[in-house]
Amino acid sequence: MKQRTFEDSHQQQWDTLEGWLDKRKNVAEFPQLYRQVCQHLALARDRHYTPHLIERLNRLVLRGHQHLYQTQSRLFAKIINFIGVEFPQRVRQESLLVGLSSLLFFGSLLGMFISVQFNPNLVYSLMDSGRVLEMEAMYEPKLVGHNRDAESDFFMFGFYIRNNISIGFQTFAGGILFCVGTLFFLIFNGLYLGCVAGHLTHIGYSVPFYSFVAGHSALELMAIVLAGAAGLKLGLALIAPGRLCRLQALRHAAAQSIFLIYGVIIMLLLAAFIEAFWSSNAAIAPEIKYTVGGLLWIIVIAYFILVGRRRAN
Amino acid sequence: MLDTTRPVETPEGIELALRVAGPVVRALAWAIDFGIRIIFYIALSFFLNTLGDLGIGLLMVSVFVLEWFYPVLFEVYRQGATPGKNAMKIKVLHESGTPVDWSASMIRNLLRVVDFLPFLYGFGLVAMLINEDFKRIGDLAAGTVVVYQEEIPSLKKANSWGDELPLPMPVALTEQQAIVNFADRVQQLPPERAIELANIVTPLTGKTGEAGVKSLCQFANGLI
Repeated sequence: MKQRTFEDSHQQQWDTLEGWLDKRKNVAEFPQLYRQVCQHLALARDRHYTPHLIERLNRLVLRGHQHLYQTQSRLFAKIINFIGVEFPQRVRQESLLVGLSSLLFFGSLLGMFISVQFNPNLVYSLMDSGRVLEMEAMYEPKLVGHNRDAESDFFMFGFYIRNNISIGFQTFAGGILFCVGTLFFLIFNGLYLGCVAGHLTHIGYSVPFYSFVAGHSALELMAIVLAGAAGLKLGLALIAPGRLCRLQALRHAAAQSIFLIYGVIIMLLLAAFIEAFWSSNAAIAPEIKYTVGGLLWIIVIAYFILVGRRRAN
Repeated sequence: MLDTTRPVETPEGIELALRVAGPVVRALAWAIDFGIRIIFYIALSFFLNTLGDLGIGLLMVSVFVLEWFYPVLFEVYRQGATPGKNAMKIKVLHESGTPVDWSASMIRNLLRVVDFLPFLYGFGLVAMLINEDFKRIGDLAAGTVVVYQEEIPSLKKANSWGDELPLPMPVALTEQQAIVNFADRVQQLPPERAIELANIVTPLTGKTGEAGVKSLCQFANGLI
């Protein structure tokens, strides 16, 4: 068939398809017409019609392809299912990495905490004296009872969100550098927190410090551990890809570990909320804060161990 | 052929060609997006400054959200293109040629921090230059490509090449294709180059110069 005849007989179909695509309309006949145009493209190529015509059909089909194969996002239902079923399942699937990540994070935290008890000067190895004084001023026991107003609470809420979630994201993304970035953020943050906790305990500021951190500690620390596990998964895919090529292994690991990161975002949002509006509230007695903090630890751990087990699909 | 098209096979059993976008056009798109965000932050800070600490808190939340999720939201809800990408006529797709979903977009945009290292997308540029599809590290992990947006060219008018003219002698298929391709592209060529090319086949056309170009187009017209 000559190209002219071909163009003349199908022109109308191409224009119709293009019209639907321009309006992004969902028509019942769309898939059928799209497949016909796919066939036209294949024919045009096989018959060596002009590059211009092939290019035109190629782009038309490309747009149709993107229209037909887009994913329908039912975001709200997905989020509910994620929190209720998928997230704890994914965490359990990665229990080895989560264990490794906790070991690195809590290990360095505890190690530093104990070391500071024996050698208080260690605190200056991670922060300068100005920062140490600032930190001491923040948890000065005399200041207990001094309450922030709601506006400052909101200021801190913004600060915690930006700061903590960014740390979570960096811990994850750093994993792609063959785990190095993740290891750095996990160990550094562990040492830093151990240092702060150890120093404040050593100088006798325990009550204001622990009553402040108790509430949000479960969500925040576990979120960092999970971000670390996700980052380690990325890096390990590159270091030990198994039977896949490195690129494929990385892609698999990324597609799975991103779900942990969704969970990390939710946890850190909750943690920032608790930290800004509950932990900072000096009117609440430390005993209540300890109880709530302990309960949250139990809830978080129970959530990861128990939730989402029944549905087997 | 050495070019920047990437073949994708679709479930319909045909092969599509994606034109991948290079580092320069992507850097420009990024710069436009960056500029838009900066202007937005400045405007927002003027407004939120009047609200005291509450305002600064809100500002920090919005800076955080925009810095990390600005590309994700646009890529998922605006057919793969942030305003900057739209201005440069490029967009993000899965390698399969389908629109990006949440996970792929999140992966490629979270890994942006690594691409940005050691400064101004150093790693990203190196990664783009050592693979054939100009993928930065985030694209490699997410399985996405940045391609040019496809505008559908209109069909050429039937007689834009002049009258039909039969070929004076039998010509092999590949040579027929060469003639048609020549006629298809002649308007994009400088006139001197078109004449130069047409002169090569003077034995066929029996003419030189403009007249040669014209008869080649007429032969092509007769062929298709």
